[in-house]
Amino acid sequence: MSSGDYHKQTRDLVKNSLARRYRKEKIFRSLGLLSVLFGIACVLVLFGDIGSKGIGAFENTWIKLDVKLDPVALGVNESPTTEELQHANYDAVIKEALWSRFPDATTRADKKALFSLVSSSAGDSIRRLLLKEPVKLGQTLPVWVLADDELDTFFKKIHQLRLPESERSITDKQVVWIEQWISAGQMEKRFNRLFFEVGDSREPEQAGIRSALTGSVLTLMVTLCLSLPIGVAAAVYLEEFAAKNRFTDFIEVNINNLAAVPSIIFGLLGLAVFIGLFGMVRSVPLVGGLVLTFMTLPTIIISSRAAIKSVPPSIREAALGIGASQMQVVSQHVIPLAMPGILTGAIIGMARALGETAPLLMIGMVAFIVDIPHGITDPSTVLPVQIYLWADSSERAFVEKTSAAIIVLLAFLVVMNAAAVWLRNRLERRW
Amino acid sequence: MSVGALFACLLVLPVLAYIVGQQRALRMGLMLGGIYRLHSLPFYYGMMAAIYCGVPALVLAGLWLLVGDSVNVSVLLSHVPDSWSNLTDSERALLLNTVKNVAAGQSIVGQPDDIVQVADLYRGVVSRSHAVSVIVLLTMAVCGFAWGVFSIKPEQPARLQVELVGRIFLVACACVAILTTVGIVVSVLFESLRFFKVVSWWQFLFGLDWSPQIAMRADQAGSSGAFGAVPLFAGTLLISMIAMLVAVPAGLMSAIYLSEYANSELRRWMKPLLELLAGIPTVVYGFFAALTVAPFIREIGESMGMVVSSESALAAGLVMGVMIIPFISSLSDDVINAVPQAMRDGSYALGATQAETIINVIIPAALPGIVGGVLLAVSRAIGETMIVVMAAGMSAKLTANPLEAVTTVTVQIASLLVGDQEFDSAKTLAAFALGLVLFVVTLLFNVIALRIVRKYREQYE
Repeated sequence: MSSGDYHKQTRDLVKNSLARRYRKEKIFRSLGLLSVLFGIACVLVLFGDIGSKGIGAFENTWIKLDVKLDPVALGVNESPTTEELQHANYDAVIKEALWSRFPDATTRADKKALFSLVSSSAGDSIRRLLLKEPVKLGQTLPVWVLADDELDTFFKKIHQLRLPESERSITDKQVVWIEQWISAGQMEKRFNRLFFEVGDSREPEQAGIRSALTGSVLTLMVTLCLSLPIGVAAAVYLEEFAAKNRFTDFIEVNINNLAAVPSIIFGLLGLAVFIGLFGMVRSVPLVGGLVLTFMTLPTIIISSRAAIKSVPPSIREAALGIGASQMQVVSQHVIPLAMPGILTGAIIGMARALGETAPLLMIGMVAFIVDIPHGITDPSTVLPVQIYLWADSSERAFVEKTSAAIIVLLAFLVVMNAAAVWLRNRLERRW
Repeated sequence: MSVGALFACLLVLPVLAYIVGQQRALRMGLMLGGIYRLHSLPFYYGMMAAIYCGVPALVLAGLWLLVGDSVNVSVLLSHVPDSWSNLTDSERALLLNTVKNVAAGQSIVGQPDDIVQVADLYRGVVSRSHAVSVIVLLTMAVCGFAWGVFSIKPEQPARLQVELVGRIFLVACACVAILTTVGIVVSVLFESLRFFKVVSWWQFLFGLDWSPQIAMRADQAGSSGAFGAVPLFAGTLLISMIAMLVAVPAGLMSAIYLSEYANSELRRWMKPLLELLAGIPTVVYGFFAALTVAPFIREIGESMGMVVSSESALAAGLVMGVMIIPFISSLSDDVINAVPQAMRDGSYALGATQAETIINVIIPAALPGIVGGVLLAVSRAIGETMIVVMAAGMSAKLTANPLEAVTTVTVQIASLLVGDQEFDSAKTLAAFALGLVLFVVTLLFNVIALRIVRKYREQYE
């Protein structure tokens, strides 16, 4: 066989295989694209699912009742004291107003079903009204009261009407009343201010995220105040002062490992040390902040080190050359120049701390908190834990609340991450 | 004086000390004929005064925040009625909790008189200890202020002193990382050893039965509890495997596509979108898994005539896999980008297609780094808590069927420790033993992975 034949054979071999190879290439490439698209689709599905579930919670339903503020029904005399007004029987006047609005509710069960459409907090609105203007006693006033969560859910998803009665929580009779309210314009949706103003509640329509949000802010404040200085100082020491020896190596290995330790382990640490050993109180932002500090420190140290490393040595040499001490070089030149990078790392660390749940469960921040905490030693919970608690609840209306709380949490995270990206692009210098 | 006001004082006083000290040093220098007569710049004299004023008081205040309450309690216990002395530790802890609640003004109604009395006592102890701490701290700060300001002398090497303090601070901060590790190891190990006194480690590691709910009374049925953790290990393994089956192919292929195929325009908006997945809190994934994915899987399974429990390993594993995709993709992205361009060029020059280059040249070259990344991801999957807590269930069954509910190590740690528990029951201690296993296993994975990744990086540098 001549060499020409040999080459020809090879060429044919290659040529014949080309179609198969190109097909393989195409398949491989589209597999890659598919993977990316799968990831992005997951993002979209997740956001879409939670958004569609939670958007409704930003509105709540109100009912207009003509309430007769009858002193006899309220159980107070004609000119009551504030104390008496505090403890008056407001449910009675609400019942009265409901029953006179719908005289067809005559049986005991009907009356009960009617009254259950109104939130148990409805009396509070009338109490507030009366406490503000006691002269209104005895008059008949139109009052907007909060609807119960079952009615709220029903009103938002009115298409449930097509379901058979056994599959919805609102009975046919109640539907008739609701339709009368709607057609009379006595029922409306408003922006749910309550959700941002109050703490947790057993009643979904009265539950809000204020206490959890405040708890999160307090916890993050403790975390930031501790982890930023400690993290930056550790990074400065390791980058600028530490000699290259085994001790420094040991610290480095430690930091890298801590960055990958499961967060729940930090909860165990907090439980054993702060609560077991030091006898600190459970469920306070102080302990939560301490635990999260240990968790975020590695992140902050690692990113601060990268930022410090990126400051060119010529800056240090110039400062040292005109007589600055090493500490002056670091504090007056290196740290200010590395600041954007350090802050970016700190924001990312804080964003992680904001979303963290598991270690806080360990130290008892899963309590039912109604009151808004005022300091770092008040019992409180945080937003992710509130989400967990609501997700665990059996009341159907809490699904909406949970999703809404998730939307708020994600909004905070998006803002924080956007700030980090902005800082990095805006302020970070390329040398 | 409230705690906040106290801390504000302890922060304002050093600032004042700085101003006064700096001015004093400045005046001294001018009196001597110019600032250059001073050893250091006036700034350092001011800083020295501020350090004297602030640091001791703040350190003490921090310590008080940590241990103050336990001191109060021990003072209280020396004053309580005799009936308390023959209680067990856990009963006393329970009573103390009630006392604290009553003292804080919660649930006063319906408490017996002696509790209310002790609560009053406790409130007295707290207010007294608070008053004492305020006085001590403020006195310390004021004394430090005076000492710092009046000890200023022109020849004092203030800069060196301040820098020494600064250096000590830096070293101390760097040691926090070591202290954290030591703290984790010691606390988890210590509690685990106490656990292994009750339950043998052999039984714990190899027992097949897990039912830690020890009955309240010793004579009740099933009071011993069973602490065989194999079902938990199996459950963890099952869920992690499902997660890896999703995350490794998807993450690796995404990394390949983004680093080798996508042009910079596509890459610029696809990569952040994908990395959004990494920023979502795990509790959100858990909610998604429990309320959307699990019912969906159940519906599909039932339409195919299978029995699917409402909490399934599959749902938790799938969602966990999605969570880990960006983790694997960004780590693989790094190592793929670290493969020298010359290797690609060489392969193209031989006539290989891009896919062939990737499969036969780049992946083998990047394999150690990819394996390291996957190991890190496995350690994350093992340690992930919220998704499994919310979606995997609590039943400790030994099964390989992904459609059944399983439980994991982290779920059990969480469920054993959530809520008020006394500190020395076998139940609580079991959680620490599980924590020890979790820590050791993830540490092992991390050390191996970090070593592989580091070694690989050196190879091409």
